[in-house]
Amino acid sequence: MPEAVHHHHPALAHHFDDLAQQKEAATLGMWVFLATEVLFFGGLFLVYSVYRAWYAGAFAVASHELDVTLGTINTAVLITSSLTMALAVHAAQLGQRRLVILFLVATMALGAVFLGIKGVEYYHKFVEHHVPGPSFAFEPHEYARHAQIFFSLYFIMTGLHALHMVIGLGIMTWMLWWAWRGTITAEYYSPIEVSGLYWHFVDIVWIFLFPLLYLIGRHA
Amino acid sequence: MSEHIVPTRVYYTIFGILMLCTYLTVQIAVFDLGPLNTIAALVIAVLKATLVVLFFMHVKYSTRLTWAVVLSSVFWLGIMLALTLSDYLTRSWRTFG
Amino acid sequence: MARVVHPARHYLNDGYGISSWLLTRDHKRIALLYLAAVTFFFFVGGAMAVMIRLELATPVGDLVTDETYNKLFTMHGVMMVFFFLIPVIPAVLGNFLVPIMIGAKDLAFPKINLLSWYIYIIGGLFTLYALIAGGVDTGWTFYTPFSTVASTTNVVPTALGIFITGFSSILTGLNFIVTIHRMRAPGMTWFRMPLFLWSTYATSLINVLGTPVIAITVLLVAAERVFHFGFFDPRVGGDPVLFQHLFWFYSHPAVYIMVLPAMGVISELVAAGCRKPVFGYSFVAFASLAIAVLGFLVWGHHMFVAGESVYSALIFSILSFLVAIPSAVKVFNWTATMYKGSVSWETPMLYAYGFIGLFTIGGLTGLFLAAIAVDVHVTDTYFVIAHFHYIMVGGTIMGYLGGLHYWWPKISGRLYNEGLAKLSAGIIFVGFNLTFFPQFVLGYLGMPRRYHAYPPEFQVLNVLSSAGASILGVGYLIPMVYLMWSLRYGRVAGSNPWGAVGLEWTTSSPPPTENFAETPVVTWDPYEYPAADLEGHVA
Repeated sequence: MPEAVHHHHPALAHHFDDLAQQKEAATLGMWVFLATEVLFFGGLFLVYSVYRAWYAGAFAVASHELDVTLGTINTAVLITSSLTMALAVHAAQLGQRRLVILFLVATMALGAVFLGIKGVEYYHKFVEHHVPGPSFAFEPHEYARHAQIFFSLYFIMTGLHALHMVIGLGIMTWMLWWAWRGTITAEYYSPIEVSGLYWHFVDIVWIFLFPLLYLIGRHA
Repeated sequence: MSEHIVPTRVYYTIFGILMLCTYLTVQIAVFDLGPLNTIAALVIAVLKATLVVLFFMHVKYSTRLTWAVVLSSVFWLGIMLALTLSDYLTRSWRTFG
Repeated sequence: MARVVHPARHYLNDGYGISSWLLTRDHKRIALLYLAAVTFFFFVGGAMAVMIRLELATPVGDLVTDETYNKLFTMHGVMMVFFFLIPVIPAVLGNFLVPIMIGAKDLAFPKINLLSWYIYIIGGLFTLYALIAGGVDTGWTFYTPFSTVASTTNVVPTALGIFITGFSSILTGLNFIVTIHRMRAPGMTWFRMPLFLWSTYATSLINVLGTPVIAITVLLVAAERVFHFGFFDPRVGGDPVLFQHLFWFYSHPAVYIMVLPAMGVISELVAAGCRKPVFGYSFVAFASLAIAVLGFLVWGHHMFVAGESVYSALIFSILSFLVAIPSAVKVFNWTATMYKGSVSWETPMLYAYGFIGLFTIGGLTGLFLAAIAVDVHVTDTYFVIAHFHYIMVGGTIMGYLGGLHYWWPKISGRLYNEGLAKLSAGIIFVGFNLTFFPQFVLGYLGMPRRYHAYPPEFQVLNVLSSAGASILGVGYLIPMVYLMWSLRYGRVAGSNPWGAVGLEWTTSSPPPTENFAETPVVTWDPYEYPAADLEGHVA
C-alpha cells in the first residue's frame, strides 16, 4: 500500500484531515448505530405493547413469577456500571491512564455480576418450567397460554439484552488492552467515549425492561 | 462538542437521582393505582433514560446533529408504535355490515 | 473537450493479486466486489424467473410440481429483493461515487465498508445453502403462521441469511450518512451536492431506521420455529397480523430503498443528457427526504384484507396517496428539465427515458392499490405483481443500468460499444413491457399470484408475458458481454467523455486510489453547464 507519510498523530487514519474530524465521524457513527438499536429493540417493545394491552391479566400474573429483588439488584448494578463507565471516559479525557484502567475493570466486573444474576434467574425459570415450548407449565391454568407469550417476550428481550452485555464486555476488554498499552491519551480518547455510548445504551434498554417485565401487577 | 469535560460531581449527582428513581419505581408498583401504575413506571423510566442520555452520554453538550439523531430514533419508534396501535386499538370498534 | 488520456497510476493497477482485492479498503474496489456479487445473485434470481415463466407458458402444471413452483417464486423474491435490488445501486454506484462526488478520499469507515461486503456474502451463502438444501416455500414475505408452524422447508437458514445481510445494509447506510455529514470537501455545501447524494442519503436513512426492524422480525420467526416461543402463534393467543405489521414496517420502505437511488441516478443522467441544471433542484432534493419519511407511514396498505382495523386501513390509505406527491414532483421536474433542452440520445439517456415512463406507470398503478376498494379486488393478483415489477425492475434496474453505463467510463477508464448499448437498452424496454404489461390485464381479470396452473383463457396473455421475459433476458445478457469486452478493447475514455460537470468528472478515469491529486475546493453550484452548451450538444 502506497501510504502518505504520517505527519500527524499515529492514530490518524489516512483519509481524515485531522483527529477532530476523525473523532466527530466516530461519534456520529456510534450514534447512528444506536439509532438502529432503538428500532431493533423497538420491534420487541411493539410486540410487548400489543400483547400487554390484550392480555393484561395474564401478564400481571406471569410477571409475579419474576424475582423482583434480583431484578432490582441488577438494575442498581447496571446503573453503577454506567457511573463507572462515565468516570472511565472522564479519566480518559484527562489522560489518567491508571484511573481509566481502574474504572474499566470496575465496569466489566459489574457487567459480569449482572450476567451472573441473570443466569441465576434463568436457571430458576428453567427449573420452574417457565421456559416457553413443549415443557412449559403454568398455574393458574387459565393463564397458561397467554403467560407463554409473556415468557417468550421475557426470554427474547432479556436474552438479546444479555447478548448486548456480552458484546459490551468484549468491547471493554479491547478498550482495556488499548488503555493498558497506552494508546488512549488525552488527545485520542474517542474509542473509550464511543464504547461508553454503547454501554450506556444497553443500560437504557434495561431501564425500560425492568419496570415493564418485573413490576407489572406487583400490587395484585 | 464533547470536548467539554463534565465535572465528576455531575456524574455522582445523576447516579444518585437514578438510584432514587429505581427505589421509587419499585415502591410505587406495590400500590394499586389502576392505569396510573403503568404511566408512573413509564414516566420514571423515560426520566431515567433522559438523564443517562443527556449527562452520561454527553448529549447535553453535543452538536445539534447528535440531538437530531437521538430525536429521530425516538420519533421513528413513535411512528412504529402509533401506527401499529392504530390498528390494534380500533379493531374492537364497530365493524360494518 | 478535455484531453483523452489513460492515467499511468489508478486504483485498478494499484496493487495486484487476489488479496489486494479481498483485503482492500478502497471504496472503489469494494464497489467492484459488490458489482461481481450482486451480478451473481441477479443471475441466480433470474434463473428462477426463467423457470417460473416457462411453467406459466401453459395452463397446466407440467414443468415443475406445485411445491417446486412455490420454492421457485420464493427464492426468486428473496434473491432479487434482499440480494440484488436493495444493495445494487447504493453498494455498487453509491460506494464508488459517494466519496468522489463530495471530494473525499474514502468513506468515513473503510474497514467497516469492507466488513459489510463480507457480511453480505455470508448472508448470501446462508441463503444459497437454504436453496441447495431443498429451498423454502413461504414466499419472500414469510407470513406466519405458515412460516412458523406449517412449512417444513428451510425457513431458518433463509431467515438467518436475511438477518445477516441486513447488517450489511445498516453498515453501508451508516457509512454513507457519516461520510456525507463529516467528509465533504471545502465548499461542498449541502445544496452544492449532486442530487444522487441526496437520494443516497435519504436511502441510507431508511436503511438505518428500517432494517433493524426486519432483523428483529425474522429473529422472532426463527425463535418461534426453533424454540417454540409464542409471538405470532394463534395457539397461545398470538396474532399473525402483528408479524405483517413488523414485516412491512421495513419491507414497504424497502421499496424506496430500491427506487430512491435510481431516482438519484436519473437526476444525474437527465442533467448531463440535457446539459442543464435539474429544474427545481431543492424540490427534487427535499422530495427524496419526503419519500424517505412518508415511505414509513404507509405499510398498512399491504394488510387491507388481512384483518386490519377499517379505521387503521383508512389512515394508511390516505397516507399512501401522499407518497405520490414527492414522487410526482420528481417526474415533473425531470420532464421540465428536458423541456426545450437539447436532449441527448446516448445510452444513459435512453435508460432515463425508460425509467421515467415505467416508473410513472408503476407509480400510478400504486394509487389503484392504495385505494381500499380497488385493492380488495386486486389483492394477491398479477396486478400487484405487475405494479411492483414496474417499480422495481422498470425503475430500479433501468436506473442501475443507466447509471452503470453513464459511469462505466469513470469506473473502467474505457468506452463501451455505443451501438450495442443502444440496441440492448431498446431490447430491455420492449422485453420488459411485453413481460409485465399483460400481467396488469391478467390481474385485473382475476388471475391470482403464486399458482403454477391457471384457467386456459389466461394462456394468451401468459404466453405474451413469457415471450417478453425471453426478450428481456437477452437484453440483460448483452451488456454483460460488451461491458466485459470494453475492459480490454474499449476506447480510452479520458476523464470526462460526456463533457459533464460534477467532481467525479474532474479526476482521471479510472481515478487514483485516493480519488484526487489534491483535495478539491468547490466554488460552484451543481450542474453549472456553460451557457454555450445549451445551444446544442455534440456527442
